[in-house]
Amino acid sequence: MRYLPLTDADRRAMLSTIGVASIDALFADVPKAAWLDRPVDLPPHQGELEVERTLGRMAAKNLPAGSAPFFIGAGAYRHHVPAAVDHLIQRGEFLTSYTPYQPEIAQGTLQYLFEFQTQVALLTGMDVANASMYDGSTACTEAVLMANRVTQRSRALLSGGLHPHYRDIVATHARLAGFTADMAPPDVAGDEDLSALIDERTSCVVVQNPGFFGRLCDLRALAEAAHKKGALLVVAVTEAVSLGAVQPPGAMGADIVVAEGQSIGNALNFGGPYVGLFATRDRFVRQMPGRLVGETVDVDGKRGWVLTLSTREQHIRREKATSNICTNAGLCALAFTIHLSLLGEDGLRRLARLNHARAVELADALAAVPGVTVLNDSFFNEFTVRLPVPAAPVVEALAARFILGGVPVSRLYPDAPTLADLLLVAATETTTTEDIDRFARALREVL
Amino acid sequence: MSELKFSKDHEWVRVDGDVATVGITDYAQTQLGDVVYVELPAVGKQVEQDKEAAIVESVKAASEVYAPLSGEVIAINNELADAPGIVNEAPTEDGWFFKLRIKDAKQLDSLMDEAAYTAYVEGLA
Repeated sequence: MRYLPLTDADRRAMLSTIGVASIDALFADVPKAAWLDRPVDLPPHQGELEVERTLGRMAAKNLPAGSAPFFIGAGAYRHHVPAAVDHLIQRGEFLTSYTPYQPEIAQGTLQYLFEFQTQVALLTGMDVANASMYDGSTACTEAVLMANRVTQRSRALLSGGLHPHYRDIVATHARLAGFTADMAPPDVAGDEDLSALIDERTSCVVVQNPGFFGRLCDLRALAEAAHKKGALLVVAVTEAVSLGAVQPPGAMGADIVVAEGQSIGNALNFGGPYVGLFATRDRFVRQMPGRLVGETVDVDGKRGWVLTLSTREQHIRREKATSNICTNAGLCALAFTIHLSLLGEDGLRRLARLNHARAVELADALAAVPGVTVLNDSFFNEFTVRLPVPAAPVVEALAARFILGGVPVSRLYPDAPTLADLLLVAATETTTTEDIDRFARALREVL
Repeated sequence: MSELKFSKDHEWVRVDGDVATVGITDYAQTQLGDVVYVELPAVGKQVEQDKEAAIVESVKAASEVYAPLSGEVIAINNELADAPGIVNEAPTEDGWFFKLRIKDAKQLDSLMDEAAYTAYVEGLA
């Protein structure tokens, strides 16, 4: 479908049909004081060459993730995206289509979403997954809202190992939607005991694995403690590649699993668009938010796909819908599905092992830098180090040496002075030994 | 078997002593089409006349089911969880939704008898 702008003749015909003399006349009800009586304050138009030069100058002020040793993670990871992914998602049928509102004519879209759901359910170890949400953080909030509905309770307990942005978004919804979100303090040591805080009013416990500070945890005891009090266990995963190496949350008793899917098939994209994964148990499916594709057969018995359980959704249930999100992150979900299909099960496992191996190499290199302590006793591809000085200026000094040396925890916890010396660092399959050497060398110089 | 009473929202009621069995009418199930899911109230819940008590979903719509009388839910039809199609097959028999202990028998006067309900439905056509 092409976008064809209107011609002057089209406009005249439309105006004459509705009996209005001019387009300005359509705005007659807008008070004159609100009209802009001069041109919009923007520089004059430029030719393509000038625009390229101007934007090129502006872009050169960045230190792009792809052109420097890069150790930034904290919820967004630099991974290699095969060229085939970008090539395939740019097919017009995929690139320009929105979430299916007239679903049955878009069998191709429904089919890839069905494949996506299947992959997400397998990865997370759950029964059923939806057709994706905006990103991991909003999916996490949707999980809390869903747990509130399932349990008919309104008190969520959030781990100190949950990404601070995820916590913030839950807190915003809590304030406006009228439920309580109890926040455990930042859990650097990995020794928080949430089990003791769960009671009969708790709708869910929300944890992250690997945690924000990088640690891996066995969630089975926590799942049991939550279930004993009638609460649900929500597990968030911010690094989807970890699911190739770490036991899936579904195998540890999770009731809802949410994840950020950016790591698979999607570039950093300056922070978005990303793709939220959302999976749960069969028995909760009617309380699940989001679109859901199901497999069926047509009148001739041929395999086909439909949007199913739509009665949960806004266009049918109005204010009683399970969510006010009635869309999905279709193109990012497609990229995820294509990349994961190219990797295959074995490929994902190998990718995950490679990520972990790179992070181990990085941890060894940084631990050898005088004054630097690696805090984790376990990690996947990201961990926390304690520096002898505040981390934020160190990261700035590293950037001046063209090294993107991780995320200072103070950036996400600005009001916690005890965390100011902590630095989160990540490695992926894109990290080379040379990158690690340069980072360790530069850190020695800076400290 | 006592006669059925009907509400304007297309629920039926069958009274036996102080217990009322509630379901949706044949007209309602025809309008909805194939019923795929029924969400029933918890046993012990107090429901109020004309307030939402259950939800019935067909392949294309979801509708609230209102309590035709006030009272306490004393039983629900668990058969509907696995076989919601019973609502289409036998709406006023095996397809019942829940049973109430009637709080105020006077509310029965606000319901229609079969002849009045039939006329009411014809008026909707």
